[in-house]
Amino acid sequence: MHADPKGVLTGVHFLDGDHACCEGTLAAGARFSAGYPITPSTEVVERFASRIPTVGGIFIQMEDELAASIAIQGAVWGGAKAFTVTSGPGYSLMMEHIGYAAMTETPCVFVNVQRGGPSTGLPTLPAQADMMQARWGSHGDYGIVALCPSSPQECFDLTIEAFNLSEEFRVPVMMMLDECVGHMTEKVVIPKAEEIEITPRRFTKEPPEKFHVYEPKENQVPEMVQAGAGYRFHITGLTHDERGYPNMNIDAQDRLVRRLQDKLKPLANGRGLCETENLEDAEVVVVSYGITARVAQRALQLARRRGIRAGKFRLITAWPFPLERIRELAGRVKAFVVPELNLGQMVYEVERAAAGQAAVLSVTHAGGGVHDPEAILNAIVEAARL
Amino acid sequence: MQSLSEIRIAGFGGQGVILAAMVVGKAGAIHQGGYATMTQSFGPEARGGSSSAQVILSNEPILYPYVTQPDVLVVMSQEAYTRFTPELKHGGTLIIEQDLVRLGQVPAGVRVFGVPATRLAEELGRKVVLNIVMVGFFGAVTRLLDPDALRKAVADSVPPALQKLNLQAFDKGFEYGTLRISQSGESGDAESIIPTLESVP
Repeated sequence: MHADPKGVLTGVHFLDGDHACCEGTLAAGARFSAGYPITPSTEVVERFASRIPTVGGIFIQMEDELAASIAIQGAVWGGAKAFTVTSGPGYSLMMEHIGYAAMTETPCVFVNVQRGGPSTGLPTLPAQADMMQARWGSHGDYGIVALCPSSPQECFDLTIEAFNLSEEFRVPVMMMLDECVGHMTEKVVIPKAEEIEITPRRFTKEPPEKFHVYEPKENQVPEMVQAGAGYRFHITGLTHDERGYPNMNIDAQDRLVRRLQDKLKPLANGRGLCETENLEDAEVVVVSYGITARVAQRALQLARRRGIRAGKFRLITAWPFPLERIRELAGRVKAFVVPELNLGQMVYEVERAAAGQAAVLSVTHAGGGVHDPEAILNAIVEAARL
Repeated sequence: MQSLSEIRIAGFGGQGVILAAMVVGKAGAIHQGGYATMTQSFGPEARGGSSSAQVILSNEPILYPYVTQPDVLVVMSQEAYTRFTPELKHGGTLIIEQDLVRLGQVPAGVRVFGVPATRLAEELGRKVVLNIVMVGFFGAVTRLLDPDALRKAVADSVPPALQKLNLQAFDKGFEYGTLRISQSGESGDAESIIPTLESVP
């Protein structure tokens, strides 16, 4: 299915990441957003609020982030594609409803333009310190997808991908921008609507009397219905059976919660997005994402100029983490260097994947700016000496 | 071979620093078909705080998006001048709003150009277009970008109702810059280019 031309601003633009992300939501078909605007993510919904009357849809400024993050789910069950946008403090408040979206398998997108934390932290300055929160922030076991753009163009492209993945796997998808990428302005090429692939909602073809709202179908994903289409269905955050009714039975819990994680396995095993360079001969591999991947690129260039065989592994799909690919690399490289704008988060996943086969060096930064490329270079040099 | 120019534009919030950088970036990335990355930093205030934007122009995709040693520094406040002049590249170009910046010691090898952008904007009836006057002046003295590309970028960065005014502002800055260059014989040393405050009519 192709994008609806009404939402596609075809052309060559000079946009910042936040605005490009907004154009991505419109191209993906989102026609509803509820938000409680917060720096540095405000521009996403500001643009959506001004664009949506001409495209045809709704933006509501809610009373807080809890309301925003559940209003979008109401819209989804009403038939719309929907998303909300926030930054650290608001993201914390949305955790309850991210769990609800995971449990009720509501396809929706959460955009988090990361700033320095904890708490109110650094409102106008970057960090990448919500990466673990994106994966584990709500209680219980569940699965999500998280994508990390490194440029305004990717803010556009990956936002469409985020909506598509949310429809395919019926999970909340996290667009994990950082303040740098959100506020960085570059050329953004928006293709024609017929060149943009859109994943339609998995609406059921079953007749109402045969339909079970949480019966696992293709790839363990149940099919959806739209409220008001003549189907009786029940959704709840309580553990439920295939009919959607609460079921406090251990078997029902086991079946449901395992499926919520297992349905994402295709993404963990091979379909995850990444960008690699010079891995063939690499002795040291730099694993990074978002703005830090671009800063690390300079360190990589300097390292190779010094004759160090350094390779690049840029995580685009951060969650599910590409465990198998990193594990395979760990068997043939000396070390991984993991720079990130936090005190060490995704580095734990790299360590887990490496499982002692290769050294793992963390290059931390508390946020508020980006790394000095020299700091990353020094870690590469140190890793090469191991 | 990558040819890369780093530009920093800085001043007070409300002077249009970000829009000026936007125009320069857009001219490079869209109207001239190259690559440009614009980043910005500002305080929480909407007006009056410090504001600074960085633009990198290149003929190849830009990886590292930050300015480390600008080739061109455009300053519209004393604070911005004091803060950013030391990082200017040797042989770089310093452009100042000459009524708002009093020159101190200029690093050796730096070409300095002054323009009374606020006054020129006031002559057009609207002080707010001082940023576009600056862009015009920047275009004339640096010749980093095709003047037509810059002019087009001005036109499509402002609301239609203000297009004429902004294009006049651009032309005024550009003409002033062209004049300055011809007077200095493109030698670009501070004494000959910057009129002292007393000599300004």
